Amino acid sequence: MPVVVALGSVAVLILVAVAALFLVARPAFATRFVYGAAGLVALVLMVTALAALLGRVDISGEIVLPVGLPWVGAHFRIDPLSAFFLVVIDLGAAAASLYALGYGAHETQPERVLPFFPAFLAGMNLVILAADAFSFLVAWEFMSLASWALVMAHHQAEENRRAGFVYLVMASFGTLMLLLAFGLMAGPDGVYAFAEMRHRVHADWLPGLVLLLALLGAGSKAGLVPLHVWLPLAHPAAPSHVSALMSGVMTKVALYGFVRIVFDLVGDPVWWWSAVVMALGALTAVVGVLHAILERDFKRLLAYSTVENIGIVFIGLGLALAFAANEMAAPAALALTAALFHALNHSLFKGLMFFGAGAVLTATGERDIEKLGGLIHRLPVTAVVVLGGAMAISALPPLNGFVSEWMIFQAILLSPDLPQWALKLMVPAVGAALAFSAALAGACFVRAYGVAFLGRPRSTAAAGAHEVDRFSLVAMGLLLGLCLMAGVVPGLVIDAVSSVAVQVVGHDMPPQPLWPTLSIVPVSEGRSSYSGMLVLVFIAMSSGLAAWAIHRFASKALRRGPAWDCGFPDASPVTQYTADSFAMPIRRVFGPVAFRSHIERRMPPPGDPSPAQLKVVKHDLSWEILYAPISGRVARLAERLNTLQFLSIRSYLTLVFAALVGLLVVVAIWA
Amino acid sequence: MGLIRDLAVQGAQMVFVLLLAPLLLGVTRKLKARMLDRVGPPLFQPYRDLLKLVRKEVVIAENASWLFRVAPYVIFAATWVAAALVPTFATGLQFSWTADLIAITALLATARFFLALAGMDIGTAFGGIGASREMLFASLAEPAMIMMVFVVALVAGSTQLSWVANFMLTHASLRVSLGMALVALVIVALAENARIPVDNPATHLELTMVHEAMVLEYSGRHLAVIELAAALKLLLYVSLIACVFVPWGLAPPRSGFLPLVIGAVTYIGKISVGAFLLVFFETSIAKMRVFRVPELLGAALMLGFLGTLLLFVSRSF
Repeated sequence: MPVVVALGSVAVLILVAVAALFLVARPAFATRFVYGAAGLVALVLMVTALAALLGRVDISGEIVLPVGLPWVGAHFRIDPLSAFFLVVIDLGAAAASLYALGYGAHETQPERVLPFFPAFLAGMNLVILAADAFSFLVAWEFMSLASWALVMAHHQAEENRRAGFVYLVMASFGTLMLLLAFGLMAGPDGVYAFAEMRHRVHADWLPGLVLLLALLGAGSKAGLVPLHVWLPLAHPAAPSHVSALMSGVMTKVALYGFVRIVFDLVGDPVWWWSAVVMALGALTAVVGVLHAILERDFKRLLAYSTVENIGIVFIGLGLALAFAANEMAAPAALALTAALFHALNHSLFKGLMFFGAGAVLTATGERDIEKLGGLIHRLPVTAVVVLGGAMAISALPPLNGFVSEWMIFQAILLSPDLPQWALKLMVPAVGAALAFSAALAGACFVRAYGVAFLGRPRSTAAAGAHEVDRFSLVAMGLLLGLCLMAGVVPGLVIDAVSSVAVQVVGHDMPPQPLWPTLSIVPVSEGRSSYSGMLVLVFIAMSSGLAAWAIHRFASKALRRGPAWDCGFPDASPVTQYTADSFAMPIRRVFGPVAFRSHIERRMPPPGDPSPAQLKVVKHDLSWEILYAPISGRVARLAERLNTLQFLSIRSYLTLVFAALVGLLVVVAIWA
Repeated sequence: MGLIRDLAVQGAQMVFVLLLAPLLLGVTRKLKARMLDRVGPPLFQPYRDLLKLVRKEVVIAENASWLFRVAPYVIFAATWVAAALVPTFATGLQFSWTADLIAITALLATARFFLALAGMDIGTAFGGIGASREMLFASLAEPAMIMMVFVVALVAGSTQLSWVANFMLTHASLRVSLGMALVALVIVALAENARIPVDNPATHLELTMVHEAMVLEYSGRHLAVIELAAALKLLLYVSLIACVFVPWGLAPPRSGFLPLVIGAVTYIGKISVGAFLLVFFETSIAKMRVFRVPELLGAALMLGFLGTLLLFVSRSF
């Protein structure tokens, strides 16, 4: 039974975590042991889950362990939905472990990372395996705390401590919301096992409330705007392989939680749910990418891009909800498949990009792209794989990011048949937001790649960088290969998730023709089709042909000289276009709306020799509108309550007595 | 037999667009010169320029990377593949199912991605300014294009360009939404091809240029390939407008020799009219300030969006 293998693997991960505690005296060995073991276990888990997803093994049957709530126990099982997410998670985990075999050697304090890394993996796998609310929440919290410990690994930096604090608060908030959601679904008689929870009949108001709680709970972990504020702080603070896991993989656990609750446990969807989900998804996609494009810190830029991609996945999920609520099963299957496909794609290319950011960090010690440049000469292999990742994330054919977005567009084109007017008016706007965010993502990664890898080095660290170790390169190459494969033969992925679509929306996409066309056909031949393989072949053939023809029949001569630059080349690298100047036109056009940004100019009065100053003021609106007032109130309240610390013993006794009386009165009224 | 003919049509189309693209450029330059009461360069001057460039030695900057040398071919290939998928004189293109209209948009985005990166490779201020502005324009032009695609796809029930052209040919009707989509597409086409009022193809005044700034460091065969790709892109947009909005004369799939000839002749006629309109528009308007361009493109996006919205409200608009 695959679930036994999976649980056994999780147990091994926990044992590895415990063993790591005792091995920290020999950091070099501990690093190899922990990442090697974690990678192997993740590989076993992934193969098991893949076999389960493809229906090669029997997945029926549930394991009940006598731990957890009395009379409930801890239930674990694998169904197609969990199998898919297990594949995504353990694929990312295996790649991160492989990468960390090389990258982890640079860790200054391995004892702060090694024990928590396998524990984090174990937590994520347990969330997916859990089949009752209690185990789910315990695993969820375990995952949050393990990742919090990893975020705090480099706690000496002030900003990392702040990131850790904000993350802890948001994670607790999210878990609380999920707790309430499960509590509502379990009802007064406490039906905690998913198998029974699914069949409960709820009051009319309850499913809607559960949806909102799931959006708050799972959405805060996934990074939905405006609950995303912790994400760009916490994800970059961790070591890069952990950042890759948090951004690429842990957000998928959150997506799993959302899909599990909303599509599976709570019952039939209502159309207005999709409007909420889609609106939040579109907002998240646009806000995320606008933040990303103005960011100078490479890892924070990637974290904001995660926010964007989560928005895209939620757009797909929202469309699937809209179709499912109107019993349009085939379009729902298309939208859901697209959303899951994009989730898989994001885990691949975001892992790759964070590995690349880690490689740059190892090579130069810099995260600020403004201090990089010219890395394509110094890190030749990293530059190639990161270029591939940047293309994939910018949704360019023939890579994978394009395929999933193309499928979402196809789902949007089916939505005029939706009967609700609100949805009819909303879906075109969502489509525009999706197209807009895809285009901006292209600009964002041209900027990031162009400033960091191209041009001339802007610092001595960038000028003297060296290529990173083999493990890191192989891990990145592996992910790029998977990106390419998913882009070129997307039919494989679509067919693999068909059992998930059947389970979740009761229908699947038509089987994709593998031969001879290798194209994907979401609805019908005449309507739309796309063949990544042929696009790749055509591009390769025509560029090869052009290069061959020119080199065969025309000049092959090549001479290197100083840059032309309209006749006035300046040798100083500071004359290059910077990241900020690249983003300036975009900030100027979209900033006043998105960030209320403006420029403050300070001109010294005539005669004053001090320099004039120019400062860009940019506001993070979700922080200022939503969080600043709340945290301000909490701080003021805490200040007030501070006096309670310094009371006399008599006052404390009086307070205790008053509280007791108060509670008794409440109980009396309740009964 | 049918397959061979289809392949032949597809192959002919690929060669045809490649050979025709510089001529379109030559025609627009000549027409423009005539409108300004100048003699203008000969019609075939673009071919001569390309030939001259490929024969010359390439001079590249000392710190240019492999990306700088590879990018021209990638840009050319992506543009050529995209151009090959737009029906010019016949609809039944053998490989039209390879990539639909959304994928064609994305192929052009791939070309743009590499062009902007190539602009940043040397590390000069001009390359950066061009890349930055190009990406700004693209961030609005691309969604506008996708919205235009939505309109067309909702009307025709397909994003497959051959299918759309066939539909337009057989079910032609005047629609408000298609009108909006046409205006949006024209604006996008002007912006994407660096034409006035967005950019000036004839200028070498550095501060106003976008496309020229990115390719400033290129020379010799690399420049030739990039110029050819730019010419292909112009032809692609004109053909796209022609095949979606004025599809008359297109040879239907599996047609004989005569319809193909008629198709080719009408196609030449259509792009000539397109070139004339482009030149007329360009000579009668001034170039915009860079930060006015987003407003123009925003208008295109809004038009496309309104068109889509109308079709969501009722299929009959």
